[in-house]
Amino acid sequence: MTLLIGALTIGLILSLLALGVYISYCVFDIADITTDGSITLGASICAVLIVHGVNPLLATLAGFAGGLAAGTVTGILQAKFHINALLSGILVMTGLYSVNLHVMGKSNVPLLSGTSFTTWAERLGQAWFGQPEVDLLGWLVSSRDLVTLLGALGVSLLAGLALYWFFRTELGTAMRAAGDNPQMIRALGVNVERYRILGLALANGLTALSGALLAQYQGFADAQMGIGMMVWGLASVIIGESLTGSRSLGLAIYGAVAGSVLFRMLVAMALRWGLNPNDLKLVTALFVFAALVLPHLLQRWKRPAAVAQPRS
Amino acid sequence: MLTVRNLCKTFHGGTVNEVRALHGVSLELPEASFLVIVGGNGSGKSTLLNAIAGCFRLDDGEIHLEGHNITRWPEHRRARLIGRVFQNPFTGSAPNMSVAENLALAARRGLPRTLGRALSKRLMNELHEQVRQLEMGLEDRLGNAIGSLSGGQRQALTLLMATWRRPAVLLLDEHTAALDPKSADQVLRVTEAIVQRHKLTTLMVTHSMSQAVNLGDRIVMMHKGSVAYRFAGADKQRLGVDDLLTRFEDLRRRELLDETAAALLEETYV
Repeated sequence: MTLLIGALTIGLILSLLALGVYISYCVFDIADITTDGSITLGASICAVLIVHGVNPLLATLAGFAGGLAAGTVTGILQAKFHINALLSGILVMTGLYSVNLHVMGKSNVPLLSGTSFTTWAERLGQAWFGQPEVDLLGWLVSSRDLVTLLGALGVSLLAGLALYWFFRTELGTAMRAAGDNPQMIRALGVNVERYRILGLALANGLTALSGALLAQYQGFADAQMGIGMMVWGLASVIIGESLTGSRSLGLAIYGAVAGSVLFRMLVAMALRWGLNPNDLKLVTALFVFAALVLPHLLQRWKRPAAVAQPRS
Repeated sequence: MLTVRNLCKTFHGGTVNEVRALHGVSLELPEASFLVIVGGNGSGKSTLLNAIAGCFRLDDGEIHLEGHNITRWPEHRRARLIGRVFQNPFTGSAPNMSVAENLALAARRGLPRTLGRALSKRLMNELHEQVRQLEMGLEDRLGNAIGSLSGGQRQALTLLMATWRRPAVLLLDEHTAALDPKSADQVLRVTEAIVQRHKLTTLMVTHSMSQAVNLGDRIVMMHKGSVAYRFAGADKQRLGVDDLLTRFEDLRRRELLDETAAALLEETYV
């Protein structure tokens, strides 16, 4: 049960990353590798501030702001300097590695001192349940973990609903159109470049927020923690798409969140069944590769069969 | 009022691919007039429309619209004054968004986009009414993705989007060329109705001489990036399809002669 709660919590925290990837990949059709740097940026800013005694809420918001700034830089490189989308992401991600090391002052910041959301969850768990462990369906579960899970669920729901609301506003609708058909929306008076910057800022802000929460949950920020996170987000979005099977906005956002949780559960199960943790990134990359390629291959195999059918 | 003075544009200048797309094009279009632009392939018709829309920087010349010198305005800023319908029905709308969302985007053309709801109830009622007037039965499909509609339906909606907020000038770039004849007729009828209802200043590019003769109150025939012929008022009224075709053939003959002369010169001196 502890394993399940842990997997659910991480899945929900990383759903913010999936929402960020949804914005960059599904709305703007950009595989924004800045994600790998901005998740670490969010984590490192938050961790350092917490160690220095800053309120965890403010530290988390500062991490979010760091992600906004990183996304803005990527957007400016693309929109103002006309640098290829992939290359601008790589440039910012590479730069962020040094920035993160400077922020942390070393490659790893443990959250042994200072108050984080996890500390709050522990106190809240004690206050609510009056004991460190709770009986949940016959399983003894840490009250702190239970409150953390509820908190992660709340944040994830809030972010999903906020994004859903935003994308239905005049501003958000124009942003979606800027990704769907830039020529058309430019002809309707929208500065596409500005919207692209705003979209990438928002995407990386969410990613950094995810990093800030993840650092507090796992109790440390690490310079390497961002490696492969963009692919992780992609996997979540792809699973979400296949789960909801719909292009409607609400279902797509729900799918990204659900995809993240399901993917984390699958990973937890695979690790439990003996998957070497060293192979995790490779398996994730292979999964995304398969998800991107298989539908096309299936279509290609189906087409000749459909032609052949009437003849037989 | 649209005034275009001495527009010049050369693409890939100084290379073997140099194309002189516009060369000293000047036009004056009073309010509520309807100009049809005809000409062969590569004559500069669409380039002229794109120059007015601000798709590229001009080498020379000025564009004035409603008292503003818009020559240096970026495309999105000009769009506050200009409505456009493209040749490709898939260019004028966002395919993955609903019909209502596309129209709602057009309803804010030239206005700041806020955090208010894009599709309010009041706007939905208005959309329903406007789409109903197209008489294409699309008012019941406002929630459908616009990409699921036919080319003709999309083009009619794009036209509605371009004119939702009355533009100072409407640019129609061969907007029926990619449609089947029935859809093209339908879209053309809608075009006429909208242009007349709102008394829009309109520039329409077409390859169809009969459209040129039957629509609008003036015609410009372009050739090699310049205006070759202009017809307005009584001249335009008298003009028949054959007259236009004769002039068109005349231009082509001249072009062939030029090419032959150039080839002979090259043969003689190179």
